[in-house]
Amino acid sequence: MKLLTREALLSFQRAPLLSVLSVTTIAFSLFTVGLFGLVAINLREALRGLEERVEIAAYTFRGTPSETIVIATQDIAAFPEVQDVSYVSEEEALRRARSELVEFRDAYRDLQVNPLPASIEVRMKAGYRDAATVGRVAERLRGFGFIDDVRFGREWVQKLDQLRNLTGLVGLVIGLAFAAVAVVIIGVTIRLTILQRAREISIMRLVGATNWFIRGPFLLEGALKGLLGGLLSLVLCYGGYLLFRDSSGGTLSGLVFFGPQQMALIILFGVLLGLCGSMVSVGRHLRHV
Amino acid sequence: MIRFTSVYKAYPNGAMALKDVTFHVSKGEFVFLTGHSGAGKSTIMKLLFAEQRPSGGEVRVSGYNVNSLQPDDVPRLRRRLGVVFQDFRLLEDRTAEENVAFALEVTGARTDTIAARVMRVLTQVGLSAKSRAYPRELSGGEQQRVAIARALVNDPAILLADEPTGNLDERATRGVFQLLRDINNGGTVVVMATHDLDLVRQTVYRTIEMRDGGLVYDSDVDEAAAEAP
Ligand SMILES: Nc1ncnc2c1ncn2[C@@H]1O[C@H](COP(=O)(O)OP(=O)(O)O)[C@@H](O)[C@H]1O
Ligand SMILES: [Mg+2]
Repeated sequence: MKLLTREALLSFQRAPLLSVLSVTTIAFSLFTVGLFGLVAINLREALRGLEERVEIAAYTFRGTPSETIVIATQDIAAFPEVQDVSYVSEEEALRRARSELVEFRDAYRDLQVNPLPASIEVRMKAGYRDAATVGRVAERLRGFGFIDDVRFGREWVQKLDQLRNLTGLVGLVIGLAFAAVAVVIIGVTIRLTILQRAREISIMRLVGATNWFIRGPFLLEGALKGLLGGLLSLVLCYGGYLLFRDSSGGTLSGLVFFGPQQMALIILFGVLLGLCGSMVSVGRHLRHV
Repeated sequence: MIRFTSVYKAYPNGAMALKDVTFHVSKGEFVFLTGHSGAGKSTIMKLLFAEQRPSGGEVRVSGYNVNSLQPDDVPRLRRRLGVVFQDFRLLEDRTAEENVAFALEVTGARTDTIAARVMRVLTQVGLSAKSRAYPRELSGGEQQRVAIARALVNDPAILLADEPTGNLDERATRGVFQLLRDINNGGTVVVMATHDLDLVRQTVYRTIEMRDGGLVYDSDVDEAAAEAP
């Protein structure tokens, strides 16, 4: 095992240029994926604020007794998709209208009879804020006898859905493309190392080294380069993050960076990329040496 | 130790390198493999250390059947063989002792035994004084001795030498040949391919002659036949 590690480390000494090249390409690939990931998590962070506001408003018939509504409110609050329910009385609706709709303030002040209906506002739990679920819950609310009309931002909810799906898809495509590039580059550099060491490998074969013994250092080399590439990409990402945050002049001061688990994931991804590249290359080229 | 039974070998390009070759080699023997260039000597060697598989017939070496060798068995077989070539095949960036130690390191020998074992074989081939020299600092004969030391360090039952003196002058040739004889005297089977007929004639060792892939003469069989009547 000690020898295995030494052999893998020696490759850096033997081919410093190639080693630096493969580490930086992995780092660069993961850097790009990482930047995208940062955009994605910050976007998600921002969306979460918006999503909180996804709600359904169910307007009640005029004159519905408040006990009926209170009981119904408890039923609705027990729906698995529902986060919380609040009752907005007719007076409350008017007060809100007066403060929010400044243009009509005068019109509302002169009213003798309150024209606004009472309503039940329903907010959805995280994970149930997609258009289909919201629509289903709205349908269920319509089933209550005292409900006149149900409104929910169907279009808005759908747009939110699409944006989120698109973000995920673009992330996946870019991530896969870069992963493929990284695997190919690692594979090429390992192939060059194999060719460089062809003589050594053929002698190892001749004196009876096992296949795994011959492969081990190459796999370890790939994994090690992946590890270094992953670490370097995190440093680059953090640099990019700081640069972006601080050049925004405070408007983006709320930007978040990866958590420890996400950082570990990126490094693991680097190691896997390195391993993948070296395995492909070793499988394809080692037997011809 | 070695048994060839009606062995045929066709290379992928269609070249018929061996045709119906049958012979066997017992414990303790020294065998010359002779014949012109292209006769099939190296092909026999390659079948012996399982770099090639026979196209027909059967090859048995040191208890292994080369026809049906599992991938895991190839290294096991090779650890029981030593192989040397005309071009030495040393690693230029390693000293003599590092070249020899390499064979132990990559076969998983215990680290604390390596230095002593390397010194023992370097002494055996007469190079203990030059253990720290790089191949480029050694003569051809000395380089071949390093290669032989590397082949011996795993205590092989059989030593295969494919034209080991092909690149050496006469003096070095005699020295290397004498070394191979000494190794054989120690009990190791030696198979030596050569087209140096002077060398072959100097000794009474068994000789197998190849021509165009066929075995045309085997001193063991043919002399026994000549004496029979
Ligand atoms: N790897 C190979 N591919 C194709 N043909 C080969 C290969 N090795 C040897 N041969 C052919 O097989 C025949 C025997 O070669 P070889 O065993 O090397 O003879 P020798 O060692 O006696 O000179 C020759 O005709 C040679 O061209
Ligand atoms: Mg030959």
